[in-house]
Amino acid sequence: MSTDVDRSISAMPEDLWTQPAPNLPFDPSGEAVQRVCIPAAMTYDYSPGLAQSRFLRGLAEKKILGERCPATGEVYVPPRGVSPVSGLPTTEQVEVGPKATITAFCVVHIGFGVNAPPTPFVSALFLPDGAAVSLYGTVQEIPHDQVRAGMRVEPVWVDDDQLTTSMENIRYWRPIDEPDVPTEQLKGHM
Amino acid sequence: MNDAVTSDDMLHAPLVIEYGFMRTTGPVIGAFLTALLDRRVLGIRAVDGRVVCPPTEYDPSTGEPLTDMVEVADVGTVTSWSWVSEVRDGQPLDRPHALALVQLDGADTSMLHVVDVPGGSGSISTGDRVRIRWADEPQGLITDITCFEPIGDDR
Repeated sequence: MSTDVDRSISAMPEDLWTQPAPNLPFDPSGEAVQRVCIPAAMTYDYSPGLAQSRFLRGLAEKKILGERCPATGEVYVPPRGVSPVSGLPTTEQVEVGPKATITAFCVVHIGFGVNAPPTPFVSALFLPDGAAVSLYGTVQEIPHDQVRAGMRVEPVWVDDDQLTTSMENIRYWRPIDEPDVPTEQLKGHM
Repeated sequence: MNDAVTSDDMLHAPLVIEYGFMRTTGPVIGAFLTALLDRRVLGIRAVDGRVVCPPTEYDPSTGEPLTDMVEVADVGTVTSWSWVSEVRDGQPLDRPHALALVQLDGADTSMLHVVDVPGGSGSISTGDRVRIRWADEPQGLITDITCFEPIGDDR
């Protein structure tokens, strides 16, 4: 994957730091080397664990699957296999959403990554109906300055023949014609 | 590990975390790399007169800035080495090789680099004479020195 970006190096103030030019025993024929690219990469075989494997398999069928805490009854998504509140294993699988509510958002002006939309775009947290915690994604099909906390949305999926066991199955989220959820009801669900 | 869990239950996927660092070389390392484009090697003269290669920007003993760069030879002597018997991705050669400290003629310090030893680990010794094998198309990088190779074919 190429992520080459032309980032110019800002100039340092005069006299902040100096180093004498060296004397060379011969005139080099090539252009002076001033910068080198030294990539560092770590290649992993990543496993998301059993609970998130179940979640990702659900996404392949366009289902958002959470898991319920046996003590509090809350549904956590993506599931981690144990309740973050009680520490008990979650055993009951619960389909949540796909409709959701925006709990928090951010207007992004500096692009990053290979799959990010053109800037400015809105990244947000989406609380699927029936879930206690939010999923991350982007909001599209609406001007960035009209996004609100409490706004109702639905996921836009990739075409069926593109479905994989990946969060990328949800291309983005878009507004739906339902009244906003009062923000007081979103407390504790970000 | 729970016996009820099989690897079939668990998804996995490649994940590469990569940083494309762009580094400024500074004038001394820059000159060293620039000289590699001409297939020549530069060291730098320290305050006590020794030649440090690869060059350092500051004197190893006093910390004074150094400026007097000197050319050293493309042949040298193995001063220490270890053997890489199992080659991993990203290593300089795709076959077992030595990582060695090589003191080039004209230098008083050694550089860490690769020695391609066709005869295997039994065919390299401290004190061996080696020569730079240059890359076909120098880029102004330390990898312009593909590796060192033993001088002579008598091994």
